[in-house]
Amino acid sequence: MTSEFEPVIGLEVHVELSTRTKAFCGCPATFGAPPNTQVCPVCLGLPGSLPVLNLKAVEYAIRAALALGCQVARVCKFDRKNYFYPDLPKSYQISQYDLPLATGGAVEFLTPGGRKRVGIRRLHLEEDTGKLLHEGVESGSLVDFNRCGVPLLEIVSEPELASPEDARLYLTALRSLIQFTGVSDCRMERGSLRCDANVSLRPRGSREWGALVEVKNMNSFRSVKAALEFEVSRQARVLSAGGRVARETRHWDEARGVTFPSRSKEEAHDYRYFPEPDLPPLRIEPEWVEEIRAGLPELPEARRRRLVSGLGLPEYNAWVLTSSPALARLFDETLRLYPDPREVSNWVMGDVLRVLNARRLELEESKLTAEGLAGMLRLIDRGLISGRAAKALLEALVVDGGEPARLVEELGLTQVSDPAALAGVVREVVAQNPSTVADYLSGKEKALTFLMGQVMKRTSGRANPEVAARLLRDAMAGEGRAGSGAGPDSGGEAGGR
Amino acid sequence: MEEGLWYLPAYVLAARVARREVSAAEVAEVHLRRLERLEPLLQAFITTTPEAALEAARRVDLALGRGDPVGPLAGVPAAVKDNLCTLGVRTTAGSRILERFVPPYESTATARLWRAGAVPLGKTNLDEFAMGSSTENSAFFPTRNPWDLGRVPGGSSGGSAAAVAAGLAAAALGSDTGGSVRQPAALCGVVGLKPTYGLVSRFGLIAFASSLDQVGVIARTVRDAALVLAAIAGHDPLDSTSAPVGPPDCESALDGEVEGLRLGVPREYWLEGLEEGVRRKVAEAIEVLASLGMKVEECSLPHTEYALPAYYILAPAEASSNLARYDGVRYGHRASGASDLNDMYCRSRREGFGAEVKRRVMLGTYALSSGYYDAYYLKAQKVRTLIRREFEQAFERFDVLATPTSPTTAFPLGERVADPLKMYLSDVLTVPVSLAGLPAVSVPCGLSGGLPVGLQLIAPPLAEARLLRAASAFEQATGHHRARPALDGGVDRR
Ligand SMILES: [Zn+2]
Repeated sequence: MTSEFEPVIGLEVHVELSTRTKAFCGCPATFGAPPNTQVCPVCLGLPGSLPVLNLKAVEYAIRAALALGCQVARVCKFDRKNYFYPDLPKSYQISQYDLPLATGGAVEFLTPGGRKRVGIRRLHLEEDTGKLLHEGVESGSLVDFNRCGVPLLEIVSEPELASPEDARLYLTALRSLIQFTGVSDCRMERGSLRCDANVSLRPRGSREWGALVEVKNMNSFRSVKAALEFEVSRQARVLSAGGRVARETRHWDEARGVTFPSRSKEEAHDYRYFPEPDLPPLRIEPEWVEEIRAGLPELPEARRRRLVSGLGLPEYNAWVLTSSPALARLFDETLRLYPDPREVSNWVMGDVLRVLNARRLELEESKLTAEGLAGMLRLIDRGLISGRAAKALLEALVVDGGEPARLVEELGLTQVSDPAALAGVVREVVAQNPSTVADYLSGKEKALTFLMGQVMKRTSGRANPEVAARLLRDAMAGEGRAGSGAGPDSGGEAGGR
Repeated sequence: MEEGLWYLPAYVLAARVARREVSAAEVAEVHLRRLERLEPLLQAFITTTPEAALEAARRVDLALGRGDPVGPLAGVPAAVKDNLCTLGVRTTAGSRILERFVPPYESTATARLWRAGAVPLGKTNLDEFAMGSSTENSAFFPTRNPWDLGRVPGGSSGGSAAAVAAGLAAAALGSDTGGSVRQPAALCGVVGLKPTYGLVSRFGLIAFASSLDQVGVIARTVRDAALVLAAIAGHDPLDSTSAPVGPPDCESALDGEVEGLRLGVPREYWLEGLEEGVRRKVAEAIEVLASLGMKVEECSLPHTEYALPAYYILAPAEASSNLARYDGVRYGHRASGASDLNDMYCRSRREGFGAEVKRRVMLGTYALSSGYYDAYYLKAQKVRTLIRREFEQAFERFDVLATPTSPTTAFPLGERVADPLKMYLSDVLTVPVSLAGLPAVSVPCGLSGGLPVGLQLIAPPLAEARLLRAASAFEQATGHHRARPALDGGVDRR
């Protein structure tokens, strides 16, 4: 159904800057303090209080703007966005309207079809709102103003994203860029990265776009993709049935997996923007911008070039390994201790990410270190642990951390390579699985896999696979000589599972 | 003795206290007794703070007793307009919505006033959120003019002007957005100084129109105004629009020469509707200035007539946003029995705000609405730029400009309440200066029909020293500032 139509998507991303203090007052901007402990007359909007711009927030915003290749304005100004809501103490948000801090950058990302580039329309600085709390409240709501006034960066893309998957990839690349500059941790689950989308469709080949629908309340990378996929097919259904898509704001319902229209009152907003009279226009000296540019760390693109041309890694690997500074750092540091780029890359991109995803952990939150990962790789090399035990060890390194060799001891993961120690288990397995042994002897080489699994199960994965396989073959060869007599070369499908 | 104290200039009081000829406590007690006696007639104060006053006075006396240095205003009883936030002292802005609001912090201007040794008598009445020209828009009660209790003291700093004129306070702070210090000063026969926009910090001043609001001084002599200005002015990192300059040393400039100063008299300020008595007194004042050696010349500021309409777009626009924070959520009045959030907002604001505030919030909201922004707000900003440029050009030829402060003397209570447009016209001579952010002072220039008339002097940005020198020379030459209302009328005299 969607193939008759092509979607176009633009993302509006909000990033909380990790400055020590808020955008317009001296309150700490840190996350997680008890409600309303990081507030003052300014961020509570008490009568007579006035904002004072935090220049660190401007510096961070410029750093992000430069990383996105934006043009930083010589002069920008702040405006008031007026609306009533209990989490907005002044009933206006200090934002930037017609003269934003920066314009015109781009974000690149890798798709299966190659690199894509999506334009950044504008980037501006504003203040965050407080948070409404409903939990544990019998009637009404409570408001926590700790977050109120934390500096926010709004980054608006051009409407150039061609699919929900592209939107996800754009968002990943954007997050990586911002994280590399060090101005935000971009944690969606904490709300330090938030994303709204504009979606519209047109019939393929047509030049006319349909009505723009704004999608809000997408709280993870997964939900961005899911919400956009839902929305694209919803609009396609409406259009295919000959209907018209309404221009509206819709909210993503994660649990039900649908978007639904928000009450029309919310949309009727006229924000009555006008220049913030409490703050003079902000002049940004080019020298300052150049100073900030000179202080930028190595950005993902430069790093990817190093990984591809310097280390010979495939481009896809380079993109994955630069998807966050923490991952890039883990790769770099592990490589220094264990100089095999392919091997390190495979483990980082494979099992490390799998374990983190399964446990819904960010790398920074895990206990995994480069020393741990390199130590594990050396234990494998020395035959002290099996590949299967290594996966268990990695789990432990991520969750508890520690010294790999000692963890192997504690968890009983040491590989058993002594044939004498494995002989008994092998004998048992062969004796208890006569039909699989027969399959093997009739030429079904894959039957060995099943038997190996049995050996691993009985040794808690510690058996050295090479030794165990040799012992199994030897034992079954003995059986074969003793019993019937088909040769091992007669072929056929594997049996036994 | 008492009578001698309450009409003494602040600078004389401070000097006598410093020389220990009189104790600060005695000065405070005399003023508090007078306040107690006259306040029922004048109703100049929303809140009085006698304990704080006596405590501050005792601290001054103790310091003097120890031989410690004291501030330039040590022992001077001062009043503060109730839209300046005072730590731990209720600050209402003359509004029901803030009737019980006690700020957890002190405004920069008042903090500096107290640091200079001034003694806090209390918080003076004003038009709600400083919106008005008669103090009748106070949510609590109107203040009366000491010269005629049946008349208004002007506004919005009417309480401060009445308190100083009646000798309840030696000096007072007000705020001036479109004339709210100068016009009541003129109507009460005292000195009203509006400094250059940004010279005094707005931190802690409850905002009406942020790009126009400026803390000002009301006093009985120009020297007092200079002294208070020096105490409260100067850069404040808490106000981003505060000028990056130190406090001006106006006092030492007061005795300087005025001969040869070029005085411009813009003809557009001699309105049709100008009261005859006002016209005569201001014309006489300009002759006095000429006799002092100033070179007087008529000039033209052709865009003056657009100032009032532009002001009544811009000020309400900013006010509509500044007053949006009074939503009943965190502090201030919250209506009970609301059915939902929107209902709570509407009821709280309907019950908390008075008619004039509602009128301006609606005007301002309309002017900023999409589709009207360009025609109103943007156009008014352009007018503002033109007016500022026009003043700049005038100041290439002149050092000071002279105009009447108010088109009329004090008008009877209730006369203009029902006619907002007529009330707005009270500001017609003070608003252009506000739009241009210039310093201006109103000085008494005689009586008309027994009521004070004010002369407005205007100077270029940050030229307060020159402005006050001209005002002081005029004051010295005429002695109009020594005229007193007949409040004491024999009965209270001892
Ligand atoms: Zn704060």
